[in-house]
Amino acid sequence: MAKKELGLLGLLVAVGAITGILNPRFLSAVNLLDMANLIGLFGIFSIGEGIVIITGGIDLSVGSMFAFLGVIFIDLLTNHGVPWPAAILLTVCAGIVLGVVQGLLVTRAKLQPFVVTLCGLLIYRGAARYYTEDSTMGFGYGDDYDWVGWLASGRSWGIPHSFILLIVVALVMWVVLHRSVFGRYLFAIGKNEEAARFSGIHTNAVVAGAYVISGGLAGLATVLLVFYTNSVSPSSFGNFYELYAIAAAVLGGCSLRGGEGSILGIVLGTALLQVLQNLVNILGIPSSLNFAVMGTVILVGALADRVLQQRRARAVARVGAPEVRPATPG
Amino acid sequence: MLQLEKIGRRYPGVVALDGVDFSLDPGEVVGLIGENGAGKSTLMKILGGIIPPSEGTIRLDGVAHAALSVTEATRAGIAFVHQELEVFDNLDVAANVFIGREPCGFGPLRLIRTRELERRVQPLLDRLGADFGPRTPVADLSIAQRQMVEIAKALSIDARVIIMDEPTSSLTLSETDRLLRIIAELKASGVAVIYISHRLAEVKQCADRVVCLRDGRVAGELGRDAIEHAAMIRLMIGRDLRSLYIPPRTPPREEGCVIRDVVPAAMPEAHVSLTVRKGEILGLAGLVGAGRTSLARALFGVDPLRGGTIALHGTPVRIRSPREAIAHGLYLVPEDRKREGLVLNLPLTQNVTLPNLRAFARRLLVDRHAETACFTRERTRLGIRAADGSVPAVTLSGGNQQKIVLAKWLSMRPRMIIFDEPTRGIDVGAKEEIYRLMRDLADAGVTILMISSDMEEVLGVSDRIAVMHAGRVTGVLERPDFSELNVLRLAIGEAAEAA
Repeated sequence: MAKKELGLLGLLVAVGAITGILNPRFLSAVNLLDMANLIGLFGIFSIGEGIVIITGGIDLSVGSMFAFLGVIFIDLLTNHGVPWPAAILLTVCAGIVLGVVQGLLVTRAKLQPFVVTLCGLLIYRGAARYYTEDSTMGFGYGDDYDWVGWLASGRSWGIPHSFILLIVVALVMWVVLHRSVFGRYLFAIGKNEEAARFSGIHTNAVVAGAYVISGGLAGLATVLLVFYTNSVSPSSFGNFYELYAIAAAVLGGCSLRGGEGSILGIVLGTALLQVLQNLVNILGIPSSLNFAVMGTVILVGALADRVLQQRRARAVARVGAPEVRPATPG
Repeated sequence: MLQLEKIGRRYPGVVALDGVDFSLDPGEVVGLIGENGAGKSTLMKILGGIIPPSEGTIRLDGVAHAALSVTEATRAGIAFVHQELEVFDNLDVAANVFIGREPCGFGPLRLIRTRELERRVQPLLDRLGADFGPRTPVADLSIAQRQMVEIAKALSIDARVIIMDEPTSSLTLSETDRLLRIIAELKASGVAVIYISHRLAEVKQCADRVVCLRDGRVAGELGRDAIEHAAMIRLMIGRDLRSLYIPPRTPPREEGCVIRDVVPAAMPEAHVSLTVRKGEILGLAGLVGAGRTSLARALFGVDPLRGGTIALHGTPVRIRSPREAIAHGLYLVPEDRKREGLVLNLPLTQNVTLPNLRAFARRLLVDRHAETACFTRERTRLGIRAADGSVPAVTLSGGNQQKIVLAKWLSMRPRMIIFDEPTRGIDVGAKEEIYRLMRDLADAGVTILMISSDMEEVLGVSDRIAVMHAGRVTGVLERPDFSELNVLRLAIGEAAEAA
């Protein structure tokens, strides 16, 4: 575990311990498992966001994707009688397709990721609202979806399935990011895309791949989120969730300049964000301060990181060596 | 092994290369010299497959090619060690060496075989005598060590030809020696090296043969025995270089800038006292970490001053920011011209007027005519070769860029100018022009402090030389005492010998 992640874990434990002391209910099984559920829900798509950020890009569209894909998912199940495994598969595939489109726009059309995904944010949200005529879509009162609902939002041995799925996704993505050729290329491109291309790396394919992963994981997260809320109101469903993901990735050590980050960091970042939200509730802090608390913690984290970096740079600069060159004779 | 025959490369309106013949045998070190823009980089890019030639033939092991692709060049064992090192400092050494060619398993995930990777990198590092391992993060390595990573990368593809483009431009003396030893070893094991450098002493030291390009043509070749400094210079510029030293019109006596007990915050252990005379060029020599750049930054107000006093032309000044330094007429021509000296994508005119924009404004609106007039005036005065002021600074050559940096300050009223490595990366002809400008400024009563690591420059241009060691000025040499030995002795903290 790198220093950054260790520090984040320390912070997480410290915040948890202090909250636990102030209100022991924080450490109750019920509360912890509720938090685990939320960490699972947010962690999955935050990992996708982190992968994109490591390439030096950004994906602002995930929140609107949830609305768009959520509408598609419920529509497939309730209005078109598509069996649930196919509906899940189609939803994830739809997320992948959106990822492919955004990836191609970034790599082929050479548009800036911020612009591409900002347009995605606007378009997907608009499409979802238009298709539903701005009305909430739900499952009605039938029992037809009990089993898939349990799969997506239920618990086994008391542990929320979303959390278990996050662990699985994190493990797979850890291997992909930290042990595979593709992952190595993500870091290389994020640091220096030009040099990566001259190293024979198919940079466009790798960068597009990052958006595809983000889209796919957003599709997966859609299914969980839909069953968490049991309905989709297209104008608000998933609003600002891309910012949670970006915050988690940044808190977890991803640099928006690219080339830095880790799966463990992103997961810990997500966990810290959820703990902070929970803390606001449980300590009776006005919930209107929710965002302010989150913002403050991220800001302090970024400042601490900056200070540590400067110290390190100064330590490196202190190593001196001779500089005078021999004169050229003649 | 490798022959380039009648290679030409044309860009619209420009002939970069014209009928260049170049050959290379195994185990041969060829020094490739020439002024900036002579076509060295273009020739090497053709060899590396980055750009195709417009005409001519590339003969590799007897097989003729019209052009090479990057893959073909790599497969043929042609490797680059770049001038601006292209390492990934977020990865470790082993990952850098095998980037793009990782040993990996099959299947969709293609997992990297980390242990095999390290096993293959270690012997390469051993061969180079590296003092770091395959798992060291590149972020922790010095520039010289990063260069070794690039050489290891070249060896890992069984390179037969390694092209080194200005490999020592940021290396220290001992690191340069080590690089030259590595080149000798590469040569002994049959690897050919193309050594591109402005540092003729190094070329003389390591090359078996020197090829000089001038204006896209081969200006001449020198065999092992004919490699002499004067001969190389003659080939590069086609004439003998005059002595660098231009004496001042009148001997400077008056105190220009008196620095007393200055402690830069960036280097709290330093303690600098130094007097620069009005109208002289004082060379400031020393080792990396001696505190020369820290001093320059402190004087210009970039980093805060922790102690000491500065007096400029007789009056004490207090400088807490570049803005205050500029207000006192104290200017800095920084070492990193592209980042600190210019806004590269801005037009020349706007670069020149940037520090003094208020003077070109009526109320709050910038008077573009006045700006253009100012640029035109400075262009004539400094001999800046640019068609007009609307082109971005990035399009100019190093020498002309440096003149733009100067123009910026000359359009105001300079009392003291600090030059930090004024001619780094600038070709021989433009260097002379810069020296001439510095002398003209000095003669006009400007106090000039010139930080330089180029011994030829320090000895050739300065009226006096101050040498720093470990944050202190260890000695000031007058012209009769100028010698490489004296500068070096002071730089390592010993006393100089009398002349």
